[in-house]
Amino acid sequence: MMRTDHELIVDWVPHDAHVLDLACGDGALLERLGREKGVTGYGLEIDPAGITECVARGVSVIEHDLDDGLGNFCDQSYDQVIMTQALQALRRPDRMLDEMLRVANEGIITFPNFAYWRHRVYLGLRGYMPVSKSLPHAWYDTPNIHLSTFNDFEQLCREKGLVIVDRAVGVGEHRGHWTSRWWPNLFGEIAVFRVRRR
Amino acid sequence: MPDSDTRPGAGRPANSVGLVTPHVAKFDTPLPLACGRELPEFELIFETYGTLNAERTNAVLICHALSGHHHAAGYHHPDDTKPGWWDAHIGPGKPIDTDRFFVVSLNNLGGCHGSTGPVSHNPATGRQWGPDFPLVTVSDWVASQARLADHLGIERFAALVGGSLGGMQVLQWTITHPERVANAVIIAATPRLSAQNIAFNEVARQAIRSDPEFHGGWYAEHDTVPKRGLKLARMVGHITYLSEDAMGSKFGRDLRADDLNFGFDVEFQVESYLRYQGDTFSTAFDANTYLLMTKALDYFDPSAACDGDLACALAPAQCPFLIVSFTTDWRFPPSRSRELVDALIRAGKPVSYANIESPHGHDAFLLPEPRYEAVFDAFMTRAAGDLGLAAPRTETQA
Repeated sequence: MMRTDHELIVDWVPHDAHVLDLACGDGALLERLGREKGVTGYGLEIDPAGITECVARGVSVIEHDLDDGLGNFCDQSYDQVIMTQALQALRRPDRMLDEMLRVANEGIITFPNFAYWRHRVYLGLRGYMPVSKSLPHAWYDTPNIHLSTFNDFEQLCREKGLVIVDRAVGVGEHRGHWTSRWWPNLFGEIAVFRVRRR
Repeated sequence: MPDSDTRPGAGRPANSVGLVTPHVAKFDTPLPLACGRELPEFELIFETYGTLNAERTNAVLICHALSGHHHAAGYHHPDDTKPGWWDAHIGPGKPIDTDRFFVVSLNNLGGCHGSTGPVSHNPATGRQWGPDFPLVTVSDWVASQARLADHLGIERFAALVGGSLGGMQVLQWTITHPERVANAVIIAATPRLSAQNIAFNEVARQAIRSDPEFHGGWYAEHDTVPKRGLKLARMVGHITYLSEDAMGSKFGRDLRADDLNFGFDVEFQVESYLRYQGDTFSTAFDANTYLLMTKALDYFDPSAACDGDLACALAPAQCPFLIVSFTTDWRFPPSRSRELVDALIRAGKPVSYANIESPHGHDAFLLPEPRYEAVFDAFMTRAAGDLGLAAPRTETQA
């Protein structure tokens, strides 16, 4: 099944771009970008099964722990760095943002929006840590150690002086539904940002 | 299937290439070498597994490591108890699938298993080559392997595959003959030796050269063999092939007898193991070949041609690479593979890298391991698909 954030990303990546995909999973996004847009580049992944799947697809994948930073990659050596659904699992998401915009001109970041209304209901009314399609883990075994909201991320970008080129939200199978366009922090399940250095 | 056969070595798994016979190719066009000398003529011994297709597009070349040879898979005799050195990975249904690929495995020039080397007859002098055999390099090996490919009518290999020193040959191929390599698999290797690696090699060489039976390399003419030196060299080498953990779990501090005997005979199991490994090797391997192979390791450094810039040296490469390392390998640790990976990335080459969790140290590249096999198999299957090679026959068997 197609992930909705992938749909958005494919639109935002220019033809023939050279990209780095952080936490590329099974390589589906890179494969699609290569096929549809002539994109080249590498995926970084730490999960053995994901790495094998990438290799099977012919996607260039490097076993790499994102918490080790991107020191192996040269300044401005990519057009874009993409990171889907990994920001919240990093030890220091803020430092990764700096690193992304060191190796590339532009970054595309997607993460689960903790302020999504269903999450609010879960926590606010039921009193439990939210569990949902975008946050499927229990509080004790979740890899998501730095959950944030649409608003939190915008604030971080402001503090770092980054330009938000584009932002969007994904909800389930739909994207850009009018409610989530108007109140993204409330109705967006997945936040998708495109940022640059000023 | 002869399942009822009870001879030793019989009743082998169905995924063996079975009985194989080595071939010898003779080359009489002189081969210029990196050292400035040339070999007027030479022979290479090799084995093949699987069938070369009509288009000659399914050939895979196996490059061997320090003490390897042409016998990589299958059995020479029905009574053999042990298969070739890489039988875990070559055969029907294995990562290097002989139902799909035509596999070529040779003994390198300077070897002691049938290819021209120090134990061969030197036509110029009428004696054995001995220590007069030129110090061949990885580049020289690649040049001789290319001659073998020509001899077999193979224009371009579907893949080149090698572990350790074999991986260095694969890397050199992608630089020297990029148009002849469709895919490259480099396992547990390094783009160049570290000072520590060279230091271990030098200890091994000194062990051999200081053996009174070495006679400056002319031991054969004295009807002797520097067994003690070779044994020591192998013992030192063997320590670097295993991880501390692997040695610990295999031997621990176990004693052969119940009590300490306050002497210098074998007491600990690990001593016994090392001595056994050394003894076996010292009667099976040629000392001059060992010296030469360690020198080839030491000299290898493709980045030297580019002032130490490996990415620049790799610019000619054209094929997708798979680089594999093992977590407990301290001879060529994961960081050395990563160095190669980073250079390939800087050069903009398609490369995938897997660092396999294994307790077995450097030797892990020779052993079966599910994740290692899965990623290796995925790369080879994708390579075959890209080349339009037929999918192997599907059989359902345990």
